[in-house]
Amino acid sequence: MKTPSRLEKLLEAGHFVVTGELGPPKGNNVAAVKKKAALLRGYVDAVNITDNQTAVVRMSSIATAVVAQQQGLEPVMQMVCRDRNRIAMQSDIIGAAALGIPNVLCLSGDHQQFGNQAHSKNVFDIDSIQLVGAMRRLRDENKLLDSDEKLDGPVKMFIGAAANPFAEPFEFRPYRLKKKVEAGADFIQTQCVFDLEIFEQWLSKARDLGLTERCHILAGVIPLKSGRMAKYMAEHVPGVIMPEAIVKRMVDAPKGKGGIEGVKICCELIDALKEMKGLSGVHIMAIEWEKKVPKIVEKANLFPRPAID
Amino acid sequence: MIVAQIKPLPEIAEGLEPHGKTLIVGCGGCTSICLAGGQPEVDQLCLELEQLFKEKGLNKTFEGYVVERGCDPDFIQELDILAAEFEAFLCVGCGAGAQLIAEQFPEKPVYPGVNTQFLGVNREVGWYEEKCRSCGDCQLAYTGCICPVTRCAKSIFNGPCGGTQREGRCELDAETPCAWVDIFNRLKTQQRVENIERIRQPTAWQNQKQGQLVHEAYRDRYTKKD
Repeated sequence: MKTPSRLEKLLEAGHFVVTGELGPPKGNNVAAVKKKAALLRGYVDAVNITDNQTAVVRMSSIATAVVAQQQGLEPVMQMVCRDRNRIAMQSDIIGAAALGIPNVLCLSGDHQQFGNQAHSKNVFDIDSIQLVGAMRRLRDENKLLDSDEKLDGPVKMFIGAAANPFAEPFEFRPYRLKKKVEAGADFIQTQCVFDLEIFEQWLSKARDLGLTERCHILAGVIPLKSGRMAKYMAEHVPGVIMPEAIVKRMVDAPKGKGGIEGVKICCELIDALKEMKGLSGVHIMAIEWEKKVPKIVEKANLFPRPAID
Repeated sequence: MIVAQIKPLPEIAEGLEPHGKTLIVGCGGCTSICLAGGQPEVDQLCLELEQLFKEKGLNKTFEGYVVERGCDPDFIQELDILAAEFEAFLCVGCGAGAQLIAEQFPEKPVYPGVNTQFLGVNREVGWYEEKCRSCGDCQLAYTGCICPVTRCAKSIFNGPCGGTQREGRCELDAETPCAWVDIFNRLKTQQRVENIERIRQPTAWQNQKQGQLVHEAYRDRYTKKD
């Protein structure tokens, strides 16, 4: 194993893994983190801790990851390129490693115009692919960017990156995935899958390029809460493609029962994804709906989660 | 060219209020072309500012002068014979020009009359678009001559990010085209997509301190000799 990550062990052992997501609170409410962690514990193999998602200021991913870890969850600390230059990023990664955080997910980050600090200056000193490269250098060579000096202590982290099969140019997306793998990504979590056909086309190309042999791909899924949420996501969330049939099922669900239909659709998607060759797991993004994760994991026959040290 | 936009009149007036006679200096270069700081704009500002102060009960005099190129000391020197009779300057050339005037007349306040916006092109008459961030390490050779630093909202070098919307639009809004979709399409047309299949390594940013450049042919002239 390259790292102490349990996620790595499970993936290398060939398990179909389940990761979840925990959004830090808009404040220092540790109890809120503990509450979410309690809902997810035992049902996911690792949990992504988002990094000021949608550019809204929240408790830092590094601090939240530590709290999650204390609650018995293995964190995947997300890190976006929007807010830190390469000095701050490498410093925070070293700090995270010192705190025992074993996984990191490297992302570009949503543009700041969407958040509550719309007048801020973004950084993007390096991009997500360059961050993956910096992570690999930190871990495998124990060196910083542009420096040949060895660091004082190993930085052993399992390196993740994101991929979106549902954004243009579709034809180029597998090649961008290839760049991430070549930069050093050990695992990939995708944008949420609703359209299985487009996803299979992307995955099939990834297989042809030999990428599913070189990294572990986890398909993102989101349980829809209501017809309104489905319509909003279908129409307004950049990089999401939702087939009309799914929107219709959600809109047609009896009043107050949208969530039941949403969980059902999510489990059906997971069932279909489990059958796809070259897929190593699912990433369940139950945004502010963590309490549904146990049900989804159970209904999708992914419970209990494998025990491994 | 450098594209600039005239500041709101009240903001300009706020700076000038404590001063007496003011010279409004225009530029015959970029800010003339983008209709912010040429002769017509200088003339109009003189009238508008006089009127604005008159309404406040203040009798102030404004005069205008347009130098051929406000970023060149040879042309700024033309102001020497005029300067004595003015208390302050309002520059409607770009920010570079304003600073050159201030260097020439360090004892007098110089105010900017425009916001210098960007380095860009004429799209149509009165319509300008940013094209270059002067990053100092031109990337255009591998991106099909579309600048990712300027046009991508995240200035990423290995795009496109995951936020691209339908019809190749940026995650910012449905009106903004995704630079990286355009880069891909152009390279595809030219059968050069392999250009962006290789990882671009972290950039050695060149614009993190004030730029100074001496043309090679003039090195000797400006190099101090013992």
